[in-house]
Order: sequence, then C-alpha cells, then structure tokens
Amino acid sequence: MAAYIVKRVLQIVLTLFVFLTIVFFLVNAQPGDISRLYSLDPNLPPETRAQMQELFGVNEPLWKQYLVHLKNTLTGDLGVSFSLYPRTVADVIKERLPRTLVLFLTATVVSFYLGFGLGKIIAWRRGGWVEYTSTLGGVTLYTVFTPWFGLMMIWLFAFKAGWFPIGKFLDPVVWQDAPSDANTVFNLMLATAVVLSLITFTVFLVTGKKRLGMARALQAGIIAVSVVIVLGVWLSSGVGYLAWDIVRHMVLPIATLTLISFAGTMLLTRNSMLEVIREDYVLAARAKGLPEKAVRDRHVARNALLPVVTSFVFSLAFAIDGGVIIESIFSWPGMGHTLVAATVSEDLPLAVGTFVFVGLFVLLAHLAADILYAYLDPRVRY
Amino acid sequence: MVIDTGPIPNAPSLWRVRLGLAGRSLKQNWSLFLRTRIGILGLVIIVFYMLLALAHPILMNTVWDERIYDPVIGFAFDETQQPAPPSLSHPLGTDPLGRDILSQLMFSARSEFLLGLLAAVVTVCIGTMVGATAAYFGGLIDMLLMRLADIMIMMPGISILIVLSALIEVGHLELALLIGILSGFGGTGVVLKSQALSVVVKPYIEAARTSGGGTLHIILVHVVPNLLPLSFLYMMFTVTSAIFSEAVLSFLGLLDVRMSWGLMIHTTESAGYLLQVGEYWWLIFPASLSITLLCSSFYLLGRSLDEVVNPRLRRT
Repeated sequence: MAAYIVKRVLQIVLTLFVFLTIVFFLVNAQPGDISRLYSLDPNLPPETRAQMQELFGVNEPLWKQYLVHLKNTLTGDLGVSFSLYPRTVADVIKERLPRTLVLFLTATVVSFYLGFGLGKIIAWRRGGWVEYTSTLGGVTLYTVFTPWFGLMMIWLFAFKAGWFPIGKFLDPVVWQDAPSDANTVFNLMLATAVVLSLITFTVFLVTGKKRLGMARALQAGIIAVSVVIVLGVWLSSGVGYLAWDIVRHMVLPIATLTLISFAGTMLLTRNSMLEVIREDYVLAARAKGLPEKAVRDRHVARNALLPVVTSFVFSLAFAIDGGVIIESIFSWPGMGHTLVAATVSEDLPLAVGTFVFVGLFVLLAHLAADILYAYLDPRVRY
Repeated sequence: MVIDTGPIPNAPSLWRVRLGLAGRSLKQNWSLFLRTRIGILGLVIIVFYMLLALAHPILMNTVWDERIYDPVIGFAFDETQQPAPPSLSHPLGTDPLGRDILSQLMFSARSEFLLGLLAAVVTVCIGTMVGATAAYFGGLIDMLLMRLADIMIMMPGISILIVLSALIEVGHLELALLIGILSGFGGTGVVLKSQALSVVVKPYIEAARTSGGGTLHIILVHVVPNLLPLSFLYMMFTVTSAIFSEAVLSFLGLLDVRMSWGLMIHTTESAGYLLQVGEYWWLIFPASLSITLLCSSFYLLGRSLDEVVNPRLRRT
C-alpha cells in the first residue's frame, strides 16, 4: 500500500512537471514578450525597453527562463495580475480557491450519493417506465447545455420566484456595516463545515460495527446534536446573518452543479449493477431467502461500487470543468470565473496561474481517488 | 515466404463470405439496438437535425432571399423592430441584430455535425492506433503511451480550451483537432487499449505472426478491425463532448467562428436579453434546446450501442 502510494505520488509529481512545461511553452510560443505590452508607447527609448526586458528576464535564453518559471511556480510566485493590478496572482488565488472548493466538494458529494442511490433503484427495476424516464431525464441533465440550464435556474428560482439572489457571492447592502470582512466569515464557515464532516465521519466509523437499528439511532442523534450546537454558536456570534447571506448565494450554484453531475454516477451505477446481478453469489443470496432490499443493497450494490469509484476520477475532472461554466453563469467568484474573466480580459499571468492551480487541483483529486480505490478494493495491488 | 495456393475450386469467394457474415451480424445488432428504445429516440433527433442542416442551402437557393435570410449578414427589412417575434416569414423570430433565427439554427446545424464528425474521426484514429500499438508492443511503448494518457485525462478540458483560445485563434477545425487529440491520447485510447489487450492474445494473431505477417500488417488488418465496434461507440461520446465544448466556448465568446448555436446565445447575452426568458423566448430556447437535444441524442445513441456491443449488459 505504502509503496503504491509513493509510486502514485512520484507519477503525479512527474505529471505536474510535464503540465508546467506544457503551460510554459504554450505561453512562450506567442510572438513577442512582456515588454511588448509597452510597445505602443512611442516615448519609450530603446535602452528603457532593454532594461525592461532585463527586469522581466525575457532577454535570457529560453531554458533559463524555463527554469525560472519552474522555480517561481513551485515557490508560489505567479506574478502580478494585470486586470486587478496591485494584487499578486497568488493573493487572488488564495482568496478564490476556498470558494471553488466548497462549491465543488459539496456538489460532488451530494451528487455521488444521489446518483448511487437512484442508480441502484433503476437497475433493479430494469425495463419499467421508471428506468426509461430516469435514464432519459438523467441523460438530458448530463448533456444539457450548462449555461442555459444555469440560466433557467436563475430565471425560475431567483428572478421569477425571488427565493434566491441572482448570482454573485454576497449582497453588498447586507455587508455595508458588517463587523468583519467576507473572507474571514467564509473561512469560519469552511472550518465549521470541516468540523461537522469530521464528526459525521467519526460517528459512522465508530458505529459501523454496531447493530443496524442502534447504529442508525446513534448516528442521527449525534449528528443532530452537533448541528444544533453549531447553529447555536453561529446565531449567537453576531455574524450569523452574514453567513446566512453567503449560504443563500451558494444554494443555486450547488443545486445546479449537483443536478448536472449526478446522472453520470447514476447511469454508471446502473450498468455496474447489471453486471454484478449475474454473479452466482447474488443467486445464492436470493436462494437463501434474503429480502430483495438486502440482496440489492448488501450484495449487489456493494460490489457494484468499485467501478463507480473509479469513474469518480473522471467525474472529478468533469465537475471542475463544469464548475468553470457554472461559476461564470452565477458570477460566483471562484477559480473558474477567474479563469474565464482573466482569459476574456487577456490577463495572462492570472489566467496561467489559475490554470496551473486548476490542473494541480485535478491532479490531487486523482491521487485521492487512486488511494481510495486501492483502499476499497483489496485486489488492487499494482 | 508466402505460398499462393490459388483459389480453391468451387468455394464461394472470400469477400462474399465476409459480406454475408457482416450482413448477418448487422441484422442481429440492429434488432438488439431496436430493443433499447432510447437509441431510436436519439437516432430520430439526429436525423431531424441532419434534415435541417441539409435543407438550409436548398432554402437559401430557392425560397429565402439572401439579403434577409443570410445567417450572418442578413437583415430582416420586413420587420419594424428587432428582435421581432415569430411570424410567418420568420418562424422563430429574429435576433437583436435582425437576423433570422431559424436560418441561423439550420446553418449552424451543419457546422456542428462537421465539427462532431471531425473530432470523432480524429479521436478514433488516434485512439485506435494508440490502443493497438500499446497493447501489441507492451513494455516501454505501452508505459509511455499510458503515462501520456494519464496526463491527457487529467487535463481539465474546458479550462485548457479556454486558455488556448486566449493564446491562439481557435475555430471549428482547431477545436475538432484539439478535442480529438485530448480524447484520443486520453480516455478513448485507454479504453481501446484494454480491448486490444484481449485481441492481441487471440490465436489468429499468433497465426498471422508465424505465417510471416509484418507488425504494421498485423496491427492494421487483424487488431484494428476488432477494435472498430468499440471505437464506433466512443465516436458518439466524442461527438457529444465536441458539440458541448463548442457551444460553451462560443457562448463565452472565445471562439473564432462566424455562426454557431453557442454564438447565438452569446449575441442574446451581449444584447442584454438573457434574463427576459418569458418575453424573448425565441432568442434563448431554440439554440439552447438544439445544443441539449443534439448532445443528448448522440449520448443516447452511444449508450444503446454500448448495450449492443457489450454482451454483459444484454438482457438474458
């Protein structure tokens, strides 16, 4: 296991290296260099230009620039953004990465459970109208033109119904005389979410071996109590209304992202279940007289889970990509929105920096999925 | 040395046998395909859009006046205000710049099909060759190709296309090539390789090798044809992702194309009609629904082909 993880980490590092190389040569394949930005200025004497080239290091040979680029990227020095001028790229990313992470992780987890649960059901009722409607609905949601779907969600639930705000991260009116700034509140919310999920995870881990009825009761009880405590702390803290404002802005993008990505898991679970149903041990379980639900959940679904987890690897990359579109539709100031905005306004350092981080994020997600897979399936030993 | 024994007397020619076999399996597969139902729905939608695409040049040359109905530079002089609601002369209305929506829709359908087809063909050509070579040679070549595939799979597709569109002029042709390369060296290549692995251990490969077949001959004549059903399946999924990527990129205004469904929504957005869904539905729904329908129809087709090609999914 340890050797496998080390091997995967080494591979990921190598991939990251190739990735950075590709990014560097893509940018450098462009005509001219950064001093060209000032070439419209007729008052710029040649010696100033030479000085500027020296300053940016573009007069050095390519391999040297490449090494500098690698060193800078690895030490987190991604340059200065053009469109948000005095701020550095690293600063912008530090602010926006958590926002994307929250959006994306919540949606992925929810859509995974939703897809797996629904997939189980439609595989069991093969051929019925339930299967056709959910397959059709699932495929339509999966391949729907995302910007349009997001727009419809905004139009229906925000514009017509008025339940949610139209896009953006927060409402400036609410925040006018706020005691603390958005990033602090948001990071606190993030910490709360992490603590809550840790509690949930521990509870499930501890009660997993207990009898079913007691385990259910314990899980529900502990989680409910901790949710109430957390809510109480937030309400009494004085910034609760600010957190609520952010939550209100989060609902629609998360719902949209979940709806468009759950179908992939659902359809794959169905196929995987259909393959497992033919195994002999399923027949044996039925012959023992186990109830249908037990056969489905304990014997078929457990074994059908493996390919679904593998596809998680693909769906992670897909969700990040989908996130790019969803974020720009909802004006959610995360990585995707930054990437598109920087690209449209030709803010090259910011675009490249964001892109590098999105790539890094996908790489880490792959690593996590690989380790999870090796942990879940004892047969996997590379 | 190859010994030519000449044709065996009174035996049916090899080609006729092959054709007969192909015909029989086609019939069998068709009946399997018919049973999936969702595939038929997909096929019907695809044929509908194909007819739309084919009808456009005919209409332009016969009924429609080029000055009014040109999808890019036309202007509806017969309407007093733009965007005009649907009427008899403009069944889907006009856009904020006074161009006929139906004409734009039909004109774009053709380029969507061409884009999808080209991307799919590039993907499958690269994917089959990558899969077959990696499986046939194994060892170092396999490792290199599969690590490359890892990198390609990890590339966030839409993001890389967005960044590339900032650096180079990306049109339909470039987009198709990029998607083909990303998917052919990536996911599709990996899947086809796992299929090819089960092909290269078959006895007829050994037989071909012992009877003196060259490497290229074996790969092209014996391995690749056995990958074709599966690669045909993956063509469908590539078409979906190609049309989708094109729509997203041109919606964001990053593509260098004259007219496309995504660009139609981009026009709507930049003219400020995006949230007036109820009042100006014809500016948003035709293009968006077309993208969704065509994407899902290719996906449905791919899924039902999957049930035909993959025996484990068949009903007992």
